[in-house]
Amino acid sequence: MQISITNSTTRYGWGAIILHWLIALIFIGQFGLGFIMVRLTSQRTAFELIQLHKSFGFLLLGLIILRIAWRLGNAAPALPRSVGILERRAAPLAHLGLYAFQLALPLSGWALVSVSMLEIPSLPFNLFLMPNLPLAESDAAESFWASAHWYLAYAGMALVVLHVAAALRHHFQLRDGVLTRMITPSSEDSAE
Amino acid sequence: MYTRILGFAAVAVCLAMPASAAIALGDAAGSYAISPANSSIRFSIGKVGGGGLDGAFGRFKGSIRIDNSDVARSQVNFTIFPESVGTGQGRIDAFLRSDAVFDAANSPEIQFRSTSVTRTSDTTALVSGRLTARGKTFPEKFTAELGDLKAGTIKFHVTGKVLRSRYGMDVGTPIYSNIVDFDMTLTGKRG
Repeated sequence: MQISITNSTTRYGWGAIILHWLIALIFIGQFGLGFIMVRLTSQRTAFELIQLHKSFGFLLLGLIILRIAWRLGNAAPALPRSVGILERRAAPLAHLGLYAFQLALPLSGWALVSVSMLEIPSLPFNLFLMPNLPLAESDAAESFWASAHWYLAYAGMALVVLHVAAALRHHFQLRDGVLTRMITPSSEDSAE
Repeated sequence: MYTRILGFAAVAVCLAMPASAAIALGDAAGSYAISPANSSIRFSIGKVGGGGLDGAFGRFKGSIRIDNSDVARSQVNFTIFPESVGTGQGRIDAFLRSDAVFDAANSPEIQFRSTSVTRTSDTTALVSGRLTARGKTFPEKFTAELGDLKAGTIKFHVTGKVLRSRYGMDVGTPIYSNIVDFDMTLTGKRG
């Protein structure tokens, strides 16, 4: 069997599949981590988890930029013929929305640490110093970006739930290859 | 012109001060209580990428005893109340007071008790002692420089580096350095 790294017009390659699931896993983990870290009584654990959240956030940002570049540089597999005109029009918009959230979430987190009066440097995984965004520090800016990050996280999670529901609908109700083609590239041509 | 000469004279006197102070150290023998109003205990912790976290303790007490016949038998003791830590940022102060760092509620005092004083020059001395914080005690060294000596008042500039990890306060490393730079001005009034 040929190892398919890149996409074709009929299927996703391993590049897109691995990026998809890696980002999915980290995104859901980040949501859980973010939820927990602001509710802890131990300030020490909270500090350490916030630094971990920042580390994964920067990793996510890097992966998402790579993913968008991969998406732009690769063919997009066509939708199954059974997909109606309305969904056919909506699908690229839904994907655009998902990509926009994936990009906006880590960026808003980066803005938040950049404007914070606490001035805690970002040292992702204790490996290198990540510079701050060139934004002015203030308490007002910090609370703005904290809210933005919070709303984006919940809205992004809602989108993920919709995305999962849509994938399950394709698999169990419509019985097409939309879900399975994101699991392995070897699945049958889904454009039939 | 006359005032300028006076100015020069004043500068010259100031420059000559440490030497004269050293000669007078024998006269300084006695016990002093640290006067918080004229003293300060500041600290700085470097952070990755430059800059650092600077703060000070608002409340502390202590004593200085200078032995006339044997400087080595002089003593410096001080107690810091970590509850009084101030960095200019309330959230950082709360973090430092919490059990993440000082645990001020359960360990309300940080104590230093000198064990030996070694004179290193006319006006400087190395003060060795035992520092206790959060129930842990380790030997530490501070450099003391005699700054000013007036009737009944003695002033030292004390500096030293302490590794915070030893005292269970390593949170934030390596973003924030493990080394805490202390910079204290201790003014004693003869008691």
